[in-house]
Amino acid sequence: MKKVYPNKEVCIGCHLCEVACLTAHSKSRDVVIAYKEEKDAQGLSPCKNVIHDGPACVALSCRHCSEPACVAACISGALTKNRETGRTEYDEEKCVGCWSCLMACPFGSIRRHPIKEKIVKCDLCAGRDIPACVEVCPNWALVYEDRGEK
Amino acid sequence: MKYLIIGNGVASLGAIEGIRVTDREGAITVISDEPVPTYGRPLISYLLAGKIGKERLALRDDAFYAANKVTLKLATKVAKIDTKAKAVTTEAGEVVAYDKLLIATGGVPFRPPMAGLEGEGVYSFTTFAHAEALAEVAGRVKKAVVIGGGLIGLKAAESLFDRGVAVSIVELAPRVLSMAFDDKAGKIVSERLGKIGLKVFCNVSAKEIKREGGKIKGVLLSDGAFLDADIVVVAIGVIPASSLAKDAGVKVDRGILVDDHLAASSPGVYAAGDVAQAPDMLVEGTRVVPIWPNAFNQGYYAGKNMAGDASSYHGGLAMNSISFYGLATTSVGLVNPPADDAGFEVHDVLNPEAGTYRKLVFQGDRLVGCVLVGDIDSAGLYTGFIRFKFPLDAAARQKLIDGAPSILMWPEDFFDENWNPVGAKETV
Amino acid sequence: MAFTPISKKYHDFQVVRDKDACINCQVCVRQCSYGVHTWDENRKCVVHDNSKCVGCHRCEALCPTDALLIQEKSSDFKANACWRPEFIKYIYKQAETGGVLLTGMGSPVNIPVYWDRLLLDASQVTNPSIDPLREPMELTTFIGSKPDSLTFEKTPEGPKLATKIGPQLRINSPIMFSAMSFGSINFNLHIAMARAATELGIFYNTGEGGLHPSLYKYGANTIVQVASGRFGVHRDYLNAGGGIEIKIGQGAKPGIGGHLPGEKITAKVSETRMVPLGSDAISPAPHHDIYSIEDLLQLIFALKEASQYRVPVGVKIAAVHNVAAIASGIVRAGADYVAIDGMRGGTGAAPGMIRDNVGIPIELALAAVDQRLRDEGIRNQASVIAAGGIRCSADVVKAIALGADAVYIGTAALLAVGCTLCARCYTGKCPWGIATNDPALAKRQNPNKAAKQMANLVRAWSHEIEEMLGGMGLNSIESLRGNRDKLRAVGLSQTELDILGVRHAGA
Repeated sequence: MKKVYPNKEVCIGCHLCEVACLTAHSKSRDVVIAYKEEKDAQGLSPCKNVIHDGPACVALSCRHCSEPACVAACISGALTKNRETGRTEYDEEKCVGCWSCLMACPFGSIRRHPIKEKIVKCDLCAGRDIPACVEVCPNWALVYEDRGEK
Repeated sequence: MKYLIIGNGVASLGAIEGIRVTDREGAITVISDEPVPTYGRPLISYLLAGKIGKERLALRDDAFYAANKVTLKLATKVAKIDTKAKAVTTEAGEVVAYDKLLIATGGVPFRPPMAGLEGEGVYSFTTFAHAEALAEVAGRVKKAVVIGGGLIGLKAAESLFDRGVAVSIVELAPRVLSMAFDDKAGKIVSERLGKIGLKVFCNVSAKEIKREGGKIKGVLLSDGAFLDADIVVVAIGVIPASSLAKDAGVKVDRGILVDDHLAASSPGVYAAGDVAQAPDMLVEGTRVVPIWPNAFNQGYYAGKNMAGDASSYHGGLAMNSISFYGLATTSVGLVNPPADDAGFEVHDVLNPEAGTYRKLVFQGDRLVGCVLVGDIDSAGLYTGFIRFKFPLDAAARQKLIDGAPSILMWPEDFFDENWNPVGAKETV
Repeated sequence: MAFTPISKKYHDFQVVRDKDACINCQVCVRQCSYGVHTWDENRKCVVHDNSKCVGCHRCEALCPTDALLIQEKSSDFKANACWRPEFIKYIYKQAETGGVLLTGMGSPVNIPVYWDRLLLDASQVTNPSIDPLREPMELTTFIGSKPDSLTFEKTPEGPKLATKIGPQLRINSPIMFSAMSFGSINFNLHIAMARAATELGIFYNTGEGGLHPSLYKYGANTIVQVASGRFGVHRDYLNAGGGIEIKIGQGAKPGIGGHLPGEKITAKVSETRMVPLGSDAISPAPHHDIYSIEDLLQLIFALKEASQYRVPVGVKIAAVHNVAAIASGIVRAGADYVAIDGMRGGTGAAPGMIRDNVGIPIELALAAVDQRLRDEGIRNQASVIAAGGIRCSADVVKAIALGADAVYIGTAALLAVGCTLCARCYTGKCPWGIATNDPALAKRQNPNKAAKQMANLVRAWSHEIEEMLGGMGLNSIESLRGNRDKLRAVGLSQTELDILGVRHAGA
């Protein structure tokens, strides 16, 4: 399956991937409206997270692991593994906000929603040809391709 | 290939997925004495509290079982297993043959010998049926005593309280959640519950349930105190439901003994979940660690091995995430090392005003345990350090203690292997 | 702002922020290496300090809502044709610092760009043009010494060439990447040029920063430079390249040596150049073992010996007044090619006075050199490479028509990877990651992306050259070389026309 692979050698820490991610998951799909209205009012936040350590930085999001620790931990069946697409899928309606997945994911890829008792996790931009983060990265630090992982 | 799974807890779901990753064709049958397909057992507290309806309980929809070609035999109790004939017999007399058997019968609530325990008004809280029974009676009672301040007890108490029942919790240990937390974290939780209105009594045990004309009057404690109650919930532990296995000659210790392929002593027989005594990620030897993700993972690896993929199970890891009225808490790994063991180093940071607590347990140069109260955002990152067993130098250790774990601290090649395989080491 | 010295108040640029579009995402804060944009915790928004803006456009380029515009600041001095604002500001700065004014990139002065006065011919009717989509177009060029005559011998298989031809650089297109030292620019761009040159079948030049061993594998497409500081020069270095170039001078700063400020020397630069960390790496003006043309001959042959005569050895000079005579001497000294760098050539660091006032335009120098070598009957003995402000494929065609065998592109290659000619290369803070090896900034040039951009540029120009050649009725670059008749000029004096050897349009 195609996954998003981050190359930390060329990540420039600009956070444009976070901007694109947030916009792609907004209702308006308009970056200005998403930031000025949806972000604080509705707790809209990006699934992408750029981490820094001195000059080093990299943009991370859910790895859609072949053996997802979050799916194993989920008590409500909100997180499941789709063996056809390879994606780890999240059904917000089923989620009860227990944070077991957040605790279980050793990659730190799951975060709490700022307002609701729900989580925020990358969905590989279902509905887009190329994930928004990959498309916007100005330095080709995010690569979307199939490297033979399931 | 005929796969048979006894028990429809979350281990059975893991097993179905594990089997199907390898074998898309072999028939899978799940036999369970529960009347409904696999449900999120921890959700029963949400159900009792009225936060969700029972339509939210099922972990997977019907399409899942159809797509995975699984036959469910629900409300069916297995009477015996014949490992030589490779068949099980149900109480109704039906004989079901198998090629590979997974015993995932889970645990049963432990009922201590106690005067007054027999009779109506005493409840357990581990199944959907228990939750329905309590939900039915909750509207008609005023006071409840919950014996046991562990995960199940606290959740039962919370749920009843949300239904308008006055609740008192009785805990033998010096603190609630004695397994998952230490004194400091336990105290924060007790204080929170107390603020909300639940009563917590530690360092006492329940001596006797007093009745009058068959109806419960209250509970007499070991220190002489008496708590009024209309109902009593017993939540002092769960023990593996291993009798079927034992009777069939499968080796059982505290739970059904399995190796790192989840295989039990009899050929073709596997065990997973709360009933299994399996290898541990952090500690030598096998343990029963009745934790939700362990059950799923054990089921998954048992499934893979049953289908012929001899993958090694990475071992169980204790972990719990529970929130109490908005106070989030997580506990992962070895969080209560023996105080006199010099091999462990404990660092904790308590912030009473913020209501946050962070406790890290190191063994040698590795992180082996982490408790977070209040501020749980980095819980997963700490879990990563525990699971992947990264050796930590002084600077790295300090970063974790200061609450700043980061994936950029990972060893280079581990990072590349997991996040950017193949493409990472591009040559100049 | 208070606390800003007066010399910094008359800054050149201002940031214009569209408040309706600004989403306070802070990409500009993170990307500006001069600290122009900052997050104001009190106002809870991004604010900017115009006095720090150098006009590099990095923030504008990356802003996700196009909320930023960089404009030349509107504070005006009283109009004065003599005391133009830049001279006024130079003096303010020097009064404060007492220092030499440094600058980067090529000279922006307002003297004629002769490429813009030269026009190309096209075929019509009597001499039909050639369709490059149907006929093969030969752009392949050989850089090196050509023999005075060819002799053949009879063999049973037919006639065979008896004359020994010296080593040549074979390039698929008459464009090569100019010398830009590792240290003045990002190592990632050396990787990119090496890869692009290999893919295109051309060469790139190491410049005077030495060659890192990890790039030896691209040696077949590398020209290794021996400059006056002899940075990084050792036997393996000389044998690693497909060509060797002695750098006598550079178009941006004729007469003086190279200068790499200490701030720009990282561990890798230090290792590759074989210089210590922290102190400026200054190459002396002359090679201290070349004080006459005979000395140069000695060095040329010493290098040929050291490389077993396997590769061409060329000499790079700046375009100065007597460039024709100098070039003649160099050819006679045994150089396989002469590279002439005009006054518009770029640099990572040079005193502004020298960059803007020393040297002559490449167009005039090239024409003069080509003509002198032809007059002396030695034009074949060395190839001529032209450099210094080659901006487009038309400039390449005109350069070849004036007599060049090939051109070097430096500034154009950097523009291809994002450079905006803000000319602050000497600070080591290039926010495009081009003129720096600071780890945080150097990452901004992804070698894969840069290689693709540079290769795209040369490929695009090569296609355009094929079109122009075909338009002129030529199918080989050889037929264009020195073919002054394919050029006409407009608006030039007779003296300029004579030096260029080109007739006026209409004549």
